[in-house]
Amino acid sequence: MTRALALLRGRLVGSIFVLLIVVIGTFLLLEAAPGDAVDAYIVSTGGDAGMIELLRHRWGLDQSELTRLANYLWALLHLDLGQSVTFSRPIRDVILERLPTTLILMVSATALSFGLGSALGIYAGARPGSFRDRFLSVASLALYAVPGFWLGLVLIVIFAVDLRWLPIGGIETLASDKTGLDRAADIAIHLVLPVSALGFIYLALYLRMMRAGMAEAWRQDFVLAARARGLSRRRIVLAHVARNALLPLVTMLGLQSAQMLGGSVVIESVFAVPGLGRLAQEAVAARDTPLLLGIILTSAVLVILINLLVDIAYAFLDPRVGGSEAGA
Amino acid sequence: MSGFTISRRTMLTGSAMLLASTSMPALGWAQTPKKGGRLVLAADSEPRNLNPAIVASNGVFFISSKIVETLAEASFDGKDGLAPRLAVSWEGAADGLSATFKLREGVKWHDGKPFTSADVAFSALQIWKPLQNLGRTVFKDLSAVDTPDDLTAVFKFAKPTPFQLIRNALPALSSVVPKHIYEVGKIEDNPANNAPIGTGPFKFGEYKAGQYYRLTKNADYWGKDEPYLDEIIYQVLPDRTSAAAALEAEEIQLAAFSAVPLADLDRISKVPGLKVITKGYEGLTYQLVVEINHRRKELADLKVRQAIAHAIDKDFVVKTVFLGYAAAATGPVPKNDPQFYTADVPTYAFDVAKANALLDEAGYKKGADGNRFSLKLLPAPYFNETKQFGDYLRQALAAIGIDAQLVNNDSAAHIKAVYTDHAFDLAVGPPVFRGDPAISTTILVQSGIPDGVPFSNQGGYKNPALDALITKASETLDTAARTDLYKEFQKQVAADLPLINVAEWSFISVASEKVGNIANNPRWAVSNWADTYLAG
Repeated sequence: MTRALALLRGRLVGSIFVLLIVVIGTFLLLEAAPGDAVDAYIVSTGGDAGMIELLRHRWGLDQSELTRLANYLWALLHLDLGQSVTFSRPIRDVILERLPTTLILMVSATALSFGLGSALGIYAGARPGSFRDRFLSVASLALYAVPGFWLGLVLIVIFAVDLRWLPIGGIETLASDKTGLDRAADIAIHLVLPVSALGFIYLALYLRMMRAGMAEAWRQDFVLAARARGLSRRRIVLAHVARNALLPLVTMLGLQSAQMLGGSVVIESVFAVPGLGRLAQEAVAARDTPLLLGIILTSAVLVILINLLVDIAYAFLDPRVGGSEAGA
Repeated sequence: MSGFTISRRTMLTGSAMLLASTSMPALGWAQTPKKGGRLVLAADSEPRNLNPAIVASNGVFFISSKIVETLAEASFDGKDGLAPRLAVSWEGAADGLSATFKLREGVKWHDGKPFTSADVAFSALQIWKPLQNLGRTVFKDLSAVDTPDDLTAVFKFAKPTPFQLIRNALPALSSVVPKHIYEVGKIEDNPANNAPIGTGPFKFGEYKAGQYYRLTKNADYWGKDEPYLDEIIYQVLPDRTSAAAALEAEEIQLAAFSAVPLADLDRISKVPGLKVITKGYEGLTYQLVVEINHRRKELADLKVRQAIAHAIDKDFVVKTVFLGYAAAATGPVPKNDPQFYTADVPTYAFDVAKANALLDEAGYKKGADGNRFSLKLLPAPYFNETKQFGDYLRQALAAIGIDAQLVNNDSAAHIKAVYTDHAFDLAVGPPVFRGDPAISTTILVQSGIPDGVPFSNQGGYKNPALDALITKASETLDTAARTDLYKEFQKQVAADLPLINVAEWSFISVASEKVGNIANNPRWAVSNWADTYLAG
């Protein structure tokens, strides 16, 4: 446990700098984008010079960039994410409303791509060079190459429009007043397509990593030793080859979480899932700088946390890294 | 290719609809109206402020027009194109200094309080005039609203104001909100802006951000036996392809405002149980316009502007960009406007040779590379069609030796580049014609407008004769004389080409055949839907 705490301390200090860079970088990037929140707003309304001036003043856009950045950082120091100009609500509330949806989507999709990907990787890697190995490698690469929105649309056409097995989008049945288990089941059904679309894209990554790791492990001496001891092939594959190949995949899990967040932007739009990704897209279009900063900050914290968890898990999973429990 | 014949067919029906629409009676579907049911429809955006008295825009009306009503609504067959809503009659004084509205009796707000002339006076003076995007212009001379009794509101104007303009503005600009709710605190921060309270056939139910809006039946609605529907649900579908899929999967029953892209209409019209409707948007005509920056010396030359007008094949644009669901334009007032339109204006037939000759005459000879000069072309990104027309225009200009470089921006960036920074030579814009040229049309060519005002003349065009005509029309009280001035206005704009009107289009609805009483007024999608029903 002391090792985990030390890791945590080191990470926390580093994370604050990372977050600061993320916030300032995002702010500057958004400022560099032409047009502000008022420009985005008047697209649908029009308005005269007086009204536009009034809006800029109300939304604090008549202040200089530096003032706004300083104000934002000062508020952030007090854990205040500020007010969204497009929602006219505290940003914390807007984000907290959407965060669970994105988390469910991400966790389920990660579980799908990691679980199925590594299982298929073991299946393929158990017999390197066989037909099933080649078939799975090519098929998974093809999936990886498919754009997320297209995969989503194809799934919608097949399973929601033609077969009508699954709902077309959304996170739950609209205005259904369902509660408890009924509601959970309803949400689960709605998640099937978006989770598949998002999960299948990253499946190839885990499959190929697993397979490559296994191919590597097959050549190791301990496999030869295991064979010499007369262990069954199944036992060699599962206990020796796959177990060694699994470790890099755990590292990948952490790295992949950031990519998943990016992928969810597209998937959430296609499936009309009210999550953080779609919110981010809307915030950019509306030039709602504080809202986007809030979302990016939340995502950054999320990614840092996941990677921290992965590192802690890794230290426990791989005795060689740990040192003290060596020889297990 | 079979695709061609199909698009030709739809093209013909589409343009015939647009032209004949104003005189056609509502289409009758062979069904009897039925009470009850939940109508689910697609919404592609989520307006945050749902108060139509402050934000007079179609995105807001689409939802809030069912909750908050106006004094009058547009009508295919009513006198002056209007049907009564909260007002039962209206009359302008001969001197243009007052207008009297008789209000409907027995109307109640959704919270049970009675609707009176005080609400109208409050809405007009405290909201339309100082806060509303369009009302700030139309009601700028409104000085007082007298309320001699609960059912009479007399608008007083500081300067003579044509009653024709006020009348034409009623459907979009006269949403009445309750005084007793809005007189407390700052109007812009009132919670009712997000959960409107009105007199309409439906009450605001709930809003789940990113998911849906729910409106529920107002059992105390003043309309006899109305509304028919129990509930209206707006399902938020941000992806343009998903509306069509949701219709096919029968998850929604209606997609209005062209939520189904034009390219999908052919396919979707063959799906059993679905119908494609081109009516019901006649009062919401959008105009495809080439905006011109007259600060460029080449474009300040009338011959160059004429050449560009001759280089555009409007019929081809209608056929290919709009797949026939549009009409070629002649000037700044659309053909389907019943009051002001005149065809008697200079026209520019598609003629590349003539365009080339005009450019030669203007002194811009083709260089060794075949180019005369280069331009920056910014198509507005709000519609697929404006972007596609940008691509077409680039090719059309290439044919006359003008090298146009396309600059694609998102909405906020486009608004800033064109209307604030003037960083364009040509832009493609979709201004809206709102039933009277004085509401949002003359501003497109008038001079003296401050920088940064969107959908206005930001091209540096200045024509004192045209400015004088616009001012004169805005002060002319006699309806016939005023109408004539706007006909003259169309002529002068078409002659001097401060901008080039290319086409006019409206939206398309796709609905389940079960949805009845669709498209029975010229602003149907943004009207109150009291008589809309779902057949069994």
